Order: sequence, then structure tokens, then C-alpha cells
Amino acid sequence: MNGTTSSIRVDLQLIADMVEPGSRVLDVGCGDGALLQHLWKTKGVDGRGIELSQTGVNACVRNGLSVIQGDADTDLKDYPSDAFDYVILSQTLQATHNPRTVLDHMARIGKRSIVSFPNFGYWRVRSSLFFIGRMPVNEKLPHQWYNTPNIHFCTIRDFVVLGREMNLHVERGLALNGDGLRLGLDPAGVLANLLAEQAVFLLRRSHTNER
Amino acid sequence: MPAACQHLPARVRAGKKSLTGHDFNSSYAAMSEPAFPLPGHRIELGVDEKLRLDCGIALGPFPVAYQTYGTLNADKSNAILVCHALTGDQFVAETHPISGKPGWWDLMVGPGKPLDTDRYFVICANVLGGCLGTVGPKDANPATGKPYGLSFPVITIADMVRAQRLLIDHLGIDQLFAVMGGSMGAMQALDWAARYPERVFAAVPIAGAARHSAQNIAFHEVGRQAIMADPDWHGGDYLLHDTRPHRGLAVARMAAHITYLSETALHRKFGRNLQDRDTLTYGFDADFQVESYLRHQGITFVERFDANSYLYITRAMDYFDLAAEFGTVAAAFENTPVRFCLVSFTSDWLFPTPESRAVVHALNAVAANVSFVEIESDKGHDAFLLDEPEFRDVLSGFLNGCAEHKGLKAT
Repeated sequence: MNGTTSSIRVDLQLIADMVEPGSRVLDVGCGDGALLQHLWKTKGVDGRGIELSQTGVNACVRNGLSVIQGDADTDLKDYPSDAFDYVILSQTLQATHNPRTVLDHMARIGKRSIVSFPNFGYWRVRSSLFFIGRMPVNEKLPHQWYNTPNIHFCTIRDFVVLGREMNLHVERGLALNGDGLRLGLDPAGVLANLLAEQAVFLLRRSHTNER
Repeated sequence: MPAACQHLPARVRAGKKSLTGHDFNSSYAAMSEPAFPLPGHRIELGVDEKLRLDCGIALGPFPVAYQTYGTLNADKSNAILVCHALTGDQFVAETHPISGKPGWWDLMVGPGKPLDTDRYFVICANVLGGCLGTVGPKDANPATGKPYGLSFPVITIADMVRAQRLLIDHLGIDQLFAVMGGSMGAMQALDWAARYPERVFAAVPIAGAARHSAQNIAFHEVGRQAIMADPDWHGGDYLLHDTRPHRGLAVARMAAHITYLSETALHRKFGRNLQDRDTLTYGFDADFQVESYLRHQGITFVERFDANSYLYITRAMDYFDLAAEFGTVAAAFENTPVRFCLVSFTSDWLFPTPESRAVVHALNAVAANVSFVEIESDKGHDAFLLDEPEFRDVLSGFLNGCAEHKGLKAT
């Protein structure tokens, strides 16, 4: 991961594209730090990370990234309000205990939030439930229901409704296929909820929600 | 107590020549044992202006002994200050002039090592109150001409850091590239970052805490009581009586040494194995290997460490509490520009991970730039001194990242 890394996972690239150069970023659940490294190398972003797995944290710090071992559910409360330009939660929302609280903290800590998550309304998921009557297990969702870290799946529609309830304004939304490629659908629409395997949202606190 | 503890020959070794030409022997006039020339540098600080200590006393002029490795670059931007632990000293990466053992951080400091001396200029000073060249209780009190003993002022971690700052001033270094250390060294690193944030680019507190816990104060008190209960201590004036409280100091070291290890490490190393015998003796000899080991630790320690120094330095650690001085730990680091990397070890019960995590939470509260890793190790507190590859890689990676951010050229 050293040197000028410019190629990262497509969905991470889409997130990176939403970030202004030179901004302050907190990546919650930053994994091995691929996105942070990319943001630093290509956009000069002042990035920090929180990662649950010690292996991930150590890999990040070995690569010179500022990352701490921590839990999205418990450790976001420590951060002061408006400390970052962006708080990113990439493919982690569904693994948190209290997604709403996590999103609330993200909106408080960052001027903007970027959230990506798998869509449980995707037609293959629906058909697994409908035709086979079992929780979906596939390449993207490899866990059985009893050992999955993903305890709070939602559909894109669920997410959009929650965002509205929380007074989070959607600045951008992208409906993506399994490879992270854009589908060109209205992210809040019925088709996206059926055809998109995952989604990315750039959110901003509505003015009514400023604190 | 084994007989060997009672009277130890002062081991005198012919050390290297003093690099700065200072006469190292003069300050040892107060010592009863033969003086030895120590390698390294030594400087008088607090000459123009005395150092105001936390206890209210102004100290100066006073000597500080330090050692350096590597070369200071032209813009003096590559200096790393290493802060030693309670019983450490400035001999970080060379054969110790008294014990003959490798430097205490030989694994970390040197060409191609995480603190790469081909790239960085590494400084380590004997702490205030120490007994290897920096002023301490065994030196002569200028007011009386006799060894200070307990008339030496009580010093704090902040005082140690203030003295180090004078040294850094003397070396003409505006900003340290990094300040780091384990245990008491971590306390100094934190204090540096809190007190002189503009003088530190990065801080690496390893196996440390923002305050000394009640349990740790308790262990220190056991050690101090052991020293003071030794009749040879003479109320701290043992040098005037030409004795040393070796027995008390050895017991203090033995008790402390247990806290540096872990149950797992002790069990792996010794188990219930017997020492040079096949059966129990039904007596109080060192039947078990672990007893023999601890006695050895005690005996070798008294050769190189001054008992009063041990009292003063343990006290400095006990008094350490960043929140007491700054209000909260977070307040100590408000708007800090320093990049932090905290490290803890899973089996360290003296400075357990929650202590480091508390500092991390405080740093998060002020949105500081912080990394934190917990290293899996069963070697207890001492793990920071030992060969832990993951730890080495983390340290190396953090420093590389900092060098990149600071624009420090790879030489």
C-alpha cells in the first residue's frame, strides 16, 4: 500500500470522489486503511481512522496512517462536534448495534457524512427469502444468519426514510451494482431499491438540525 | 536474603573516554566507591537561570548527562528524544558501562532499526534525580559539600521534562521530530506534548498512563519502605556512613520486577522448577528458579543504581497526574498540533491497555491526531523492551508516516 496508490476498490473510489481535497476526514471502520491512504496520497486529506480489528489497526499504523482501535458504537461520542469535514462509514452501518446513534454522532462530528451499505432490498436477496425461504448467503453476504457480524441490514428505502426522520439532507446518492459500478438510477426510487446491490449517500445536516 | 546481597564489590569498569572532555569524576567525589569515567556527553544546565521545580525550589547550575546516536541534520529537524524508564538510563543503544549488558533499547535504536540512526538523531538524557551523571541525591549539595541524600529536592516528571527542554535548547533544536519512551518514558513523552506542544512534532507514549494508578503507587511504596527499613540506609545518609542499603534496594527491585512480568511469562520461564537441586530443602534457600532469578535481579540492580535515586524517581512517577495540573487530560492537549501514537501490550498489568485508551479518548475529545495500537504479547510490561516484531513494525511505520508528513528527507 506504499507509494502512490491510485487504484482502489470501485466503491471506495466513488466515496473518495465525494471528498474535497485538503479536507479533514474521519473514516469509521477503516479496515486496512486503503481509503485513507488513497485520500492522503491523491487529495492531501488529513485523515483519521477508527477500526475494530486490531489486525486492521496495526496494518494502518504500520503504513503511517493515524488510526486507533475502537468501536463505532461506543467511541464516536468522544469526538467533539464539527471536528471533521467528512465522517465516512463504508460498508459498516449494518454491523453496528445502534445504527441511528452512529449516524447521529457522524452528523454531529462531521459537516458531512458519507455512508455506503449493502441493500437488503436487492432483488436477489428478496428472491432468496421469497423462493427459498432462507436468509441470503452469497459472495457479498458470505455469513450464515447465526454468525454474521451484519446485524442491522436495511434497504435503500429504509435508509432514505431514516435520513429524512433525522433531518439529514441527501446531497448525493448513488445506486451501485455488486461491482460498485453506478446504475444511473434515482437512489431514492423504487427501481434502485430493487436493482442496486449497494448504495452510497453523501449527507448533510439540514439547517433545522444545526446545533 | 542471600549473603551475596549483603556486600557487593563495586564493579569498576574502564568505560569509554568522555566525548566532551568533561571530567566525569568530579561529581562523583561524594561517592565512596571508585569513580568511573562514563561515556557520553555532560553539560551544566540552569546556569544563567535556575530551574524552578514543582516543589518550589530553584535548582542550578546542575549537570545533565546524555548520549546521542546518529547525526543531527543541517536544519536540526531529525532529532528524536528517547525518555528512559524508572531504572533505565542514557545508554540506549550501546554496551552499558557498568553492567556490561547491551543498551536497553538496542533492538530499536541503530542503523536500519525503527529509530534508524542513519536517518534520525537520537538523544537520551539521564533524568533529573538519576544517578548516572545527571544531578541526583548522591551528588554533593553545594550548600554543604556533602551528598544531598534526602535534602535533594523532590522532583516530578514535569521537572525532568523541563530539564530536558533546557538540554534541547542547548542543542539548538527548535522542534523535536519525536519524543518517545516506555513506562515512565511514556509519562515524559505525554508531559512534553502537553507542556511544549510546539516543540514536538510527534509523541509516542508506550505502555504508559496519564496518571500513576493507586496500585502502582502502592507497589512503589513497598519498594521505598524496603529501602528505608534497611539499617544501612541511615535516613538517606548512607554515603556519609560509607554503607549502601543494598538489601533494601534489592528487595525493592525484586518486588518491582514481578510487576514488569506477567503470570504467563513467569510460568513459561520458570514454572515450579527447582534451582540446582532435585528435591525441596525444607528451608529458605532459593529452592525455586523463580526465587533465584529474582535474587539475581536484585543483586545486579544494586550494582548500578542508587537507593535514594530510586526513592526520588518512584516518587516522581507517583506524583504524575496530567489531569491534576491541566484540569482534565483532554485540556492538557487542547488544540495540540502533535501527532500521537500510543502503544500498549495485552499482558501488561502495570500499565494496562485501558490506561492508554483513556489517553486516546481524551485526545479524541480534542480531535487530536492519534494512532493507538495494542500489541498482542504475553511478556507483560517489559514487552516494550523486548523483541516484539509487530511493535517494531508499528513504531517504524508511524515514524515513516510522520517523516513523510513533516517532509523529512530520507537521507
